[in-house]
Amino acid sequence: MSTGLKIAIVGGGLAGLAAAMKIAEAGHEVDLISVVPVKRSHSVCAQGGINGAVNTKGEGDSPAKHLDDTVYGGFDRMGVPFSRTKEGLMDFRRFGGTLHHRTAFAGASTGQQLLYALDEQVRRWEVEKRVTKYEGWEMLSLVLDDHQVCRGLIAMNLQTLELKAFQADAVIMATGGPGLIFGKSTNSMTCTGSAVSACYQQGARYANGEFIQVHPTSIPGEDKLRLMSESARGEGGRVWVPKANGDARSPRDIPESERWYFLEEKYPAYGNLVPRDIATREIFQVCLEGHGVGGENQVYLDLTHIPAETLTRKLGAILEIYEMFVGDDPRYVPMRIFPGVHYSMGGLWVDAEQRTNIPGLFAAGECDYSIHGANRLGANSLVSCVYGGFVAAPSAIEYAKNVERGETETNGLYDAELKRQAQINEQIISNEGGENQYKLHEEMGKVMTDNVTVVRYNDRLKATDDKLLELQERCGKISINDSNLWATQAVPHARQLWNMMQLARVITLGALNRNESRGAHYKPDFPERDDENWLKTTIAEYSEEAPVFSYEAVDVSIVEPRKRDYSKGKTKSAQVPQPGSELKPEGREERWVKDGEKITEGGSIKD
Amino acid sequence: MNPANSHHEKKRLENPPKSIKFKIQRREKEGANAYWETFELPYRRNLNVISALMDIRKNPVTVEGKQTTPPVWDMSCLEQVCGICTMVIDGRVRQSCSALIDDILLESGGDTVSLAPMSKFPNIRDLKVDRSQMFEHLKQVHAWIELDGTYDLGPGPAISNETAQERYAYSRCMTCGCCLEACPQYGDDNYIGPQAIAQAKLFNMHPVGKTNTEDRLNGLMGDDGITACGNAQNCVQVCPMSIPLTRAIYETNRDITVNALFGWLKK
Repeated sequence: MSTGLKIAIVGGGLAGLAAAMKIAEAGHEVDLISVVPVKRSHSVCAQGGINGAVNTKGEGDSPAKHLDDTVYGGFDRMGVPFSRTKEGLMDFRRFGGTLHHRTAFAGASTGQQLLYALDEQVRRWEVEKRVTKYEGWEMLSLVLDDHQVCRGLIAMNLQTLELKAFQADAVIMATGGPGLIFGKSTNSMTCTGSAVSACYQQGARYANGEFIQVHPTSIPGEDKLRLMSESARGEGGRVWVPKANGDARSPRDIPESERWYFLEEKYPAYGNLVPRDIATREIFQVCLEGHGVGGENQVYLDLTHIPAETLTRKLGAILEIYEMFVGDDPRYVPMRIFPGVHYSMGGLWVDAEQRTNIPGLFAAGECDYSIHGANRLGANSLVSCVYGGFVAAPSAIEYAKNVERGETETNGLYDAELKRQAQINEQIISNEGGENQYKLHEEMGKVMTDNVTVVRYNDRLKATDDKLLELQERCGKISINDSNLWATQAVPHARQLWNMMQLARVITLGALNRNESRGAHYKPDFPERDDENWLKTTIAEYSEEAPVFSYEAVDVSIVEPRKRDYSKGKTKSAQVPQPGSELKPEGREERWVKDGEKITEGGSIKD
Repeated sequence: MNPANSHHEKKRLENPPKSIKFKIQRREKEGANAYWETFELPYRRNLNVISALMDIRKNPVTVEGKQTTPPVWDMSCLEQVCGICTMVIDGRVRQSCSALIDDILLESGGDTVSLAPMSKFPNIRDLKVDRSQMFEHLKQVHAWIELDGTYDLGPGPAISNETAQERYAYSRCMTCGCCLEACPQYGDDNYIGPQAIAQAKLFNMHPVGKTNTEDRLNGLMGDDGITACGNAQNCVQVCPMSIPLTRAIYETNRDITVNALFGWLKK
């Protein structure tokens, strides 16, 4: 029996489906809005595994306490084909850098398998009429009442362009990351961040936007960047560019003496095995200075000196991916790779119950900021999505049950917002300014990728914001080039583009303000982490001129911050916080050493 | 080139044309007449169908110089795991993200690539189709495990690694529709098709899912059920995930027979 409570969920990836399932299970109704059929959400791309929360004992009665058992047991019972032990139980593995985490996985497509399990469960609830799916609908805006309380949302049917108001007792945002702001990224084409940007423009706080994770080795494509496992470097891959800029010869025709193995030259002790973040920065910098292969943003990752049989045995699956999308066989032709924008640690500000600052609005998954701080560890994204969904669901139910509101309050609210959105559509359709929206998107992607990813300089960040303002102005002059409005992609894209530009400014100005280096945010002019001034969460609030920034202290009562230190025994430094233990300042070299081995940070899993 | 290695290498397009033509089937909306338009792009190495479409979308002008509407198609992950960008490329159904122009031209020997929507589904516009019937079929075969709840009820049942691996092969189905497009029997609601049968198999193999085997088999026993399979075996050849579809059909058919013969004993 339904209780009459209705909760709208925007996004049908892991977080959205996890929340939908929990709400349906509790007897309430869900409207599930997704731009694509939910089974096709970006969560399918996660290949690595799912880490469990551990050491949660003693942290008080937090929702995280039983997460391990709930998540693993739950997915196991849903029928996810996890790898098994001899006895037929779930098999767990450990990965480098995650000594205390257990990683379960299903083949090389854990994200896909987890998403499918939730998709199946939600389909079951769909049959029971608890969940109504609106697939092929895109959220445009929230419906807020006079008290800035969320009462539902407006979404657009992507075939008919019909606008519809969804009344809801609470709304959960689960729309994933904003990778498309950078033009090409490892994200799916649906990952625009558009709906989250709409929330931000209506008063939702956006936190830590400047923390954008860049994966060191992705395969540059004209359409997107595809992930290449770091294990290629681990197995002996050598990174190089031709010494002569723009050398057009085939890589095999370039003799050893005319190749620049820049990692080996700059870091003789560790060469190509420098840790992730350093590899990322160096590759990026080399290309930024014009040394990239063919003058483009790419360097060679060369495995051809290793016998083909060895490569097939050790790296077969990942080399197949490269061959499938590039056409070259990496056993004989050096791969071309470049760092790729991969994950946003920032997102909608939420509290421990996944509540945003707008009453009635919740967020979960990559679109919320709360889990990964300034950088994310491998195999943590899946668990954070499921966790966020599992917490947001009861939190939204609790809110919906207890909120008091009068009947007449919503008079005209939905119609007014529908009208506002219809006007925006009309404006976009009738504009005749001559700007091409896809070219604008490319321009934005380029300026963001060049200046607001791996290496950040204040003058360039400032110039980027100026450029974004210019693009924003030109965005108002787009002539959509589609006279057929049936299932047109031009109108939704023009709207997404505007919204992306708003978040692009949040990311850029957040990075400009943060004069330190922390996690994925690196400024050569401010290379150290500065806890005294910057152990803070960035909060951006929308205003028409520019985002307004404020900073919130980070709660460090449970784990005291310490220096990222790979020079000490790992167990000691990672296991327990060492309050008061002042670590000596260290050079980079020291950070790479771990018991005489190469650094295993992040391991070789892909996700 | 290292001659010692060269014979192992994948064949590449030796003398690529200066430009490539894309012949695209257009349709303004469902029910409207289909027509073809041809576009031309300069040849570039490593171009795939999606990048070509992106280029055409930016500036949709045909080879005749006619300004037209941008072609509409679906795309999302571009890593061949979401299934959304499936279309018929040079007569063959496949995902457009992993369709490399070089490979296509190498096969055809020409300089033209034809793109058409899948024909077994309602054609919304241009290359975009509506595959919601596939998800309806998943409902018909109860393609899920009936859980008491997702709260902490401990781990699932023990499953041998062998069974888990076999299930994994089936569970990679991304509902892309290739098998249905290639199946001569599929269309006009006459036949539920391989994808749903394989998903029924996936859940019938699970120790808990097994308890609902009958619900699933019932979903496959109607006129549109498993007996409509004509054994053409096209499905298994076009499946991008190499799912053993014909095996699923064979084994499920056997289960249905056994169930029909002995099912009454369980009542």
